[in-house]
Amino acid sequence: MKAKFLIPLILFVILVGFLAVGLNRDPQEIPSPLIGKQAPAFEVPQLVDPQKTFSPESMKGKPWILNVWASWCVACRDEHPVLVELAKLQVAPIIGLDYKDKRDDAIAMLARQGNPYLLSAFDANGRVGIDYGVYGVPETYVIDKSGVIRFKHIGPITMELLRNKIIPLLDQLK
Amino acid sequence: MIPEFGHYALILALCIAIIQGTLPLVGAHQSRREWIMLARPAAQTVFLLLGIAFVILAWSFYSNDFSVLYVAEHSNSQMPVIYRLGAVWGGHEGSLLLWVFLLSTWTFLVALLSKALDEFMVARVIGVLGLVTTGLLLFVIATSNPFERLLPAAQDGRSLNPLLQDPGLVFHPPMLYMGYVGFSVAFAFAIASLLSGRLDAAWARWSRPWTTAAWVFLTLGIALGSWWAYYELGWGGWWFWDPVENASFIPWLVGTALLHSLAVTEKRGGFKSWTVLLAITAFSLSLLGTFLVRSGVLTSVHAFATDPTRGVFILIFLVLVVGSSLTLYAWRAPKSTLGGKFSLTSRETFILLGNVFLVVSAASVLLGTLYPLLIDALHLGKISVGPPYFNSVFVPIMIPLLVLMGIGPWTSWKNSNLLDVIKRLWIAALVAVIAAALIPFAMGEFTWLSSLGFLLAFWVITSGVLQIIRQAKAGKPTRSFIGMQVAHLGIAVFTIGVTMVGAYQEEKDVRMLAGESVSVGGYDIQLQSVRPVPGPNYKAMQGTFLLTRNGKLEATMYPEKRNYFSSTMPMTEAAIDASLTRDIYISLGEELDDKAWAVRVYYKPFVDWIWGGCVLMALGGLLAMSDKRYRMKLKKVAA
Amino acid sequence: MLRKTIQSLLLSFVLLCSVSVSAKDAAPLADDPVIEQRLIVISEEMRCLVCQNESLAGSRSDLANDLRREIRILITEGKTDEQIRNFMVERYGDFVLYRPPVKPITWLLWIGPFVILLAGIISLMVYLRRRNQAVPSTTLSEADNRRIDALLQDAKSSSTEK
Repeated sequence: MKAKFLIPLILFVILVGFLAVGLNRDPQEIPSPLIGKQAPAFEVPQLVDPQKTFSPESMKGKPWILNVWASWCVACRDEHPVLVELAKLQVAPIIGLDYKDKRDDAIAMLARQGNPYLLSAFDANGRVGIDYGVYGVPETYVIDKSGVIRFKHIGPITMELLRNKIIPLLDQLK
Repeated sequence: MIPEFGHYALILALCIAIIQGTLPLVGAHQSRREWIMLARPAAQTVFLLLGIAFVILAWSFYSNDFSVLYVAEHSNSQMPVIYRLGAVWGGHEGSLLLWVFLLSTWTFLVALLSKALDEFMVARVIGVLGLVTTGLLLFVIATSNPFERLLPAAQDGRSLNPLLQDPGLVFHPPMLYMGYVGFSVAFAFAIASLLSGRLDAAWARWSRPWTTAAWVFLTLGIALGSWWAYYELGWGGWWFWDPVENASFIPWLVGTALLHSLAVTEKRGGFKSWTVLLAITAFSLSLLGTFLVRSGVLTSVHAFATDPTRGVFILIFLVLVVGSSLTLYAWRAPKSTLGGKFSLTSRETFILLGNVFLVVSAASVLLGTLYPLLIDALHLGKISVGPPYFNSVFVPIMIPLLVLMGIGPWTSWKNSNLLDVIKRLWIAALVAVIAAALIPFAMGEFTWLSSLGFLLAFWVITSGVLQIIRQAKAGKPTRSFIGMQVAHLGIAVFTIGVTMVGAYQEEKDVRMLAGESVSVGGYDIQLQSVRPVPGPNYKAMQGTFLLTRNGKLEATMYPEKRNYFSSTMPMTEAAIDASLTRDIYISLGEELDDKAWAVRVYYKPFVDWIWGGCVLMALGGLLAMSDKRYRMKLKKVAA
Repeated sequence: MLRKTIQSLLLSFVLLCSVSVSAKDAAPLADDPVIEQRLIVISEEMRCLVCQNESLAGSRSDLANDLRREIRILITEGKTDEQIRNFMVERYGDFVLYRPPVKPITWLLWIGPFVILLAGIISLMVYLRRRNQAVPSTTLSEADNRRIDALLQDAKSSSTEK
């Protein structure tokens, strides 16, 4: 008869357990359903030379990085030097996806802060971004040589992230 | 200089609260009279000190003291005075100070109004409240000090989010917290009775008016919040099953079950351990709600600026308070005696059954609210649980409850003749079916869902009216009885409001040039002009709309699109023409390329019945609280 | 025949004139209100990903506008509600749906409330049955009744003495 009076306490302990674990999780960080899938196909004009187009098809054969950025995005400006450093290391080509931007502003930003990109594709209305599940710039993808998305990071990348996740992953994919 | 006094007041209050929380409890256990007698004065002192701290904070806001960090973060010299004062609880630190101040207020009231109560009991109740106050004050002083300085002082403050610069801010949080915090009294009474080992009907009688008062405040607080969201957010919704809304609704559901359970314990001595458990649960859920809102664990429009460190503190506090209470419960509750015997058709059974539905609905809302967290904690991904889930789950559980509400009050304590009850209720059933059949057609379209809503509402209303008639014949009805009828009527009125708006509201999204009109719900709305209009801390574009019906002008409405100096996001101030049977709601959108304006108009039939129903519920509670038998206790004190 | 045609033409002309004398009706904001209706129903059950808990239907943020535009296109292409939901989930995951999909990890969520209700009602019945057996019935025996009568008589006589 006495055991049933412990039930509320037991339920409470279980609840607290979940709450405690929950404190360490970030409810804003959403895992991408695209990981492990083929990078969605698209073909859009390039930023600098709008006569030329870009398609992820052309990158097949070696692992590469897709970085979604925009000149109006403060965090993108913050992460830019890290990208420039990454470009210098020459571990993998970085393709930029200029998201819902003005051509002139974007080119000006690259002139000001340096251009780590092999080239930048121009996503004028954000349609490509939608296909890639972009909801907040900057976002960075690591795509392998057969075109499968292996990693996605939401938010600016840091040197630490490069060292701990991105560069080892690129090594793996070689 | 003055803010530092506020800080000292907090620290001093903590010291006294520690005394309040320990000595009286030990004193009651060891029968030490001097320590028992410390309870009331300690409670009064803490109330005074926290009152001083609160006034000092309010003064800092009023006098635009931007050397206080909290003021600089939430206020601005251009804000109207009333919002500068409302901003006192517009952020985490201030609202927490409000929380603990209201706790000291309830404690003070208990100390003041319990002269006829046995001193041992008083000492224990105030002692428990003292422990909770201590925990909260430790939290405030250690992690959320509202008097922290910003040096050098800011020129001007960051100002309050424009959404909060509204009368709603002035009333909703204090009302809501009075409710949340008020359940601590029922909690304290429950713990006190467990500690004393005397779990009898007396504590239920003492606890009941306090619990009802807390419930009344919580009902009004939630209703205010809903109404505020309705007119403030610009798109006419009144409930979003947002985690923070749920955090206040779940204790309300359990609190309602508690009220009914207390009735049985008081009258028949039954359900003692259930009532104690419900009292512990209601307050625990209030604390849980506080945790959820301030820890960053859930995504919500309402969430305060979140900080996991604070989350850890609150969680520890939660574990200590709830964990020790439930342990005490597991230890002491089995010793309580059973109350009187009752049959399966008695009022006790119906109340118990109703409570099952209330508690299950609370558990379901809690499950839905915490589920994303659960899945995430298990590393199974991220999912969302939103209105579609809650509506699908909550509504079916409420349906049997409404049916019970019509039957229950007819039953008698201990035993009743079910056949008798059914015979009296056939009129109610008939009226309900007629209403369910006819009203949908009168409103223009028959749907099964709306029909069900009217069926249940009129079932409850007719049953209530019949009861009042029968009671009036038998003699003067007590306030307790009238209170119950009014509260149940409130639920029926609420149901009608929800059903009407859910099934029959009309919405039109149009582009309007001056002179054009749109019709909705039988009304014509014509745009006259949109002109710029300055405000104290914003610039607005104000539309002038004529509301006519059958050619007759009913009102002129002025929705606005505001740009506050302190924010980049434009804000919509909807214009609402309210009446007993409908709201016309106009929301001004953006200016379009061709000088036309995007305008959204709503026809919302009977929407004010939603909050009207809540007010009736609260009124019912007030009436029940002021019943003769509770007032007699006060008279005895005076004599 | 010609007279009838002229008559109806004249009638329509007159009616048209009378309508345009009153205030001009505002045009709906959307190009196609029917599509818009469906859009609202679908997007009301989806989350705006850049907001703090708002639906895709209600949010005015850039991403929400873009996603609503996409859904509008999908509707005009004739996609079903389910196809549109899959489109969104493929890109943004289950998080974007306010109505959690019924899959193994959400079984507990969807079944939970009704299991709790069932458990509650069953425990209630068990509790009531056990309680009625446990509480002793307080009916008085014959002997007790006679004792009560006797005591009451005593009380009456002693009060009349005063």
